[in-house]
Amino acid sequence: MSSPALRSWRRALALPRAAFLSAARSYSTHPPNARFNVPIDYGSTPLLKHTSQDALRNPELPEDIRNGPTKKMNLFQSIGDALSIALATDDSVLIFGEDVAFGGVFRCTMKLAETYGTDRVFNTPLNEGAIVGFGVGLAASGMRPVAEIQFADYVFPAFDQIVNEAAKYRYRDGANGRSAGSLTIRMPCGGVGHGALYHSQSPEALFTHVPGLRVVTPRSPLQAKGLLLSAIRSNDPVIFMEPKILYRAAVEQVPVGPYELPLSKAEVVKEGKDLTILSYGQPIYNCQQAIQRAEEDLGVSIELIDLRTIYPWDKETVLNSVRKTGRIIVVHEAMVNAGVGAEVAATIQEDPETFVRLEAPVTRVAGWSINNPLVFEKFSIPDVTRVYDSIREVLDY
Amino acid sequence: MFARAIRAPRALPLRARVPASLSIGSRFVTTDAASSSLSQNVPQSDDEPFQVNLSDESFETYELDPPPYTIEVTKRELKQMYSDMVTVRQMEMAADRLYKEKKIRGFCHLSTGQEAVAVGIEHAITKEDDVITSYRCHGFALMRGGTIRSIIGELLGRREGIAYGKGGSMHMFAKGFYGGNGIVGAQVPVGAGLAFAHKYNGNKNASIILYGDGASNQGQVFEAFNMAKLWGLPALFGCENNKYGMGTSAARSSALTEYYKRGQYIPGLKINGMDVLAVKAAVKYGKEWTAADKGPLVLEYVTYRYGGHSMSDPGTTYRTREEIQRMRSTNDPIAGLKQKILDWQVTTEDELKKLDKEARNHVAEEVAAAEAMAFPEAKSSILFEDIYVKGSEPLSIRGRTTDEDYFFN
Repeated sequence: MSSPALRSWRRALALPRAAFLSAARSYSTHPPNARFNVPIDYGSTPLLKHTSQDALRNPELPEDIRNGPTKKMNLFQSIGDALSIALATDDSVLIFGEDVAFGGVFRCTMKLAETYGTDRVFNTPLNEGAIVGFGVGLAASGMRPVAEIQFADYVFPAFDQIVNEAAKYRYRDGANGRSAGSLTIRMPCGGVGHGALYHSQSPEALFTHVPGLRVVTPRSPLQAKGLLLSAIRSNDPVIFMEPKILYRAAVEQVPVGPYELPLSKAEVVKEGKDLTILSYGQPIYNCQQAIQRAEEDLGVSIELIDLRTIYPWDKETVLNSVRKTGRIIVVHEAMVNAGVGAEVAATIQEDPETFVRLEAPVTRVAGWSINNPLVFEKFSIPDVTRVYDSIREVLDY
Repeated sequence: MFARAIRAPRALPLRARVPASLSIGSRFVTTDAASSSLSQNVPQSDDEPFQVNLSDESFETYELDPPPYTIEVTKRELKQMYSDMVTVRQMEMAADRLYKEKKIRGFCHLSTGQEAVAVGIEHAITKEDDVITSYRCHGFALMRGGTIRSIIGELLGRREGIAYGKGGSMHMFAKGFYGGNGIVGAQVPVGAGLAFAHKYNGNKNASIILYGDGASNQGQVFEAFNMAKLWGLPALFGCENNKYGMGTSAARSSALTEYYKRGQYIPGLKINGMDVLAVKAAVKYGKEWTAADKGPLVLEYVTYRYGGHSMSDPGTTYRTREEIQRMRSTNDPIAGLKQKILDWQVTTEDELKKLDKEARNHVAEEVAAAEAMAFPEAKSSILFEDIYVKGSEPLSIRGRTTDEDYFFN
């Protein structure tokens, strides 16, 4: 399996700038004259709030938070911050998973065991099925468990517990009124360049087929903190998928106090009028880069929506946007077949009011229907050129 | 309620809780790599068999009569075992170097220190038997017939790698070798399936199934035990107990750390996994057991990994440097066999040095060949190779620059 791959991930996620300046043309470098697929500059992308004012301008934040201080955090720190707040404000919150007491392989749970005690933050043996099942039991008895699956690729032994226990508990418990709703299952997902078969998958679509679950993916530290707190406090079981490449790469100003961001609510990150791009998690940065180039090159205006909650998702925001622009591209890393894009496309064409407004077919830019190959990950998951290319195709239709 | 199991802050070295001597000594089987002795003079000929006595502490049994404490070997075989272990170690060291040079990317788990397990097993089985193991698989892939260049090539992501460069460290396959598996414990029920096929086909082969002490707690391991016993499958389950599942010591993850008793209704055998001769004797006995249609066994190879769990784990935060140093200097499987070979005058020190040098040169040549291999070509037929359903492949692939754009057809 897997790895307390701390240092290699740290290296992988840090995106050393020197790498693409080097003249050597190996697989892990970018050529100096590349137009599109240059490394994302997380230090300047408008998707991250680089100043305190910028962060606090978010209208979704409560009043007191908007008047409070912010702190620079990366994704794993903001997740740790949310977990720490959850532990501090609610005695029934418990955190467990493989190696979480040591801080977890991605450092999200650092210092939590020391601060809140090893009876509240503890390691489990390597058994994902039991980790989730154990969480279902805790949730049913009134606790508020946060289970960590070390990599999303390892969740499958727990699939039965998630689908048949966690998701169905409330429905089957009838008049007893118990549920597994207080359970949150966190897992790092997505590619980092060389994870191969079992360390780079994005299985979110599998969970979107299960009524009873919520599936959430944050795009940034600020979003992650608010969404994770909502997820933990939500009375539905939540699958919280963290794009692991962002753990260290995405750094922004995050409000210090506790706040929640709404679940099942998409966010229009950038308004536009000619085309809508819908994405979530890491690919949203590629979309932003492609949009910037397309707007410069083609003189168009493109709307970017972060879906945030993948299931049950915010149809209203998406449909409204498509009614306005008449064109939509859905971008995700997970493979294209039966993915989130398929569900969005079907929903759009089923809605008469939106269907008649379509100027071009709903387009999906997603991973190809293959397993993640070791050195070919780049060719499988959507990059800036593929998004840019689709923008042109959809606009030229 | 969990306090005892988990109240072991990371800063606190293991040694502080358990006296150093006890932490090794509490495993009743010896981990002395040079504990066997001679019962007769070593013959002149390389191929004339002679008897070797294993230490009384080589095995620990559960509901099982112990294997014979003598094993028949030849001089040629002892030298081969030595050479094999040296080659595995040299290969792992080469992988370590390539990783540090950033030529190998992604995940890489090395078996330095555990060579006696892979080599001992191979010397007890035939090519018709099956082996399936966890992610720490390079040594097994080599012993099962993979070449060093194909293994290193795989790590480097090259087309001529053992899995076309698509899998990397954890995903290696060969005839009679069903991988390398990246998911902890997932290989165990698969191994039971392999064993069923042997039984169904009526051959006398066994399925050698390996997993770590961490994986022992996965539910599917117990599910596989039940099926194997229920249907009397020729399965030799084997826990490679290197004391740590990633950074968590066995005692902090497992309610019962005597993994050979984990089969409950399946007889178990704990083996000195640092002594290649003990491993061979145990697996040979296990093969006779399954061939006699007595069903499965649960083996436990008591071993030790010198390095961290993976390349990104220094391996020193959850155990003391002294512990690693002690195992390296006093229990090393290669040094142990070397000492026996010299004590028994199987061959001379010069001859062994020659074997060392040959292994080193061979590995160096193979690594050079692997480094010279091409990356897989960026074309659709390769990207979609072995994918059953066609249809999502692109018409073109954009390069990093326009001159790299590639159009299919």
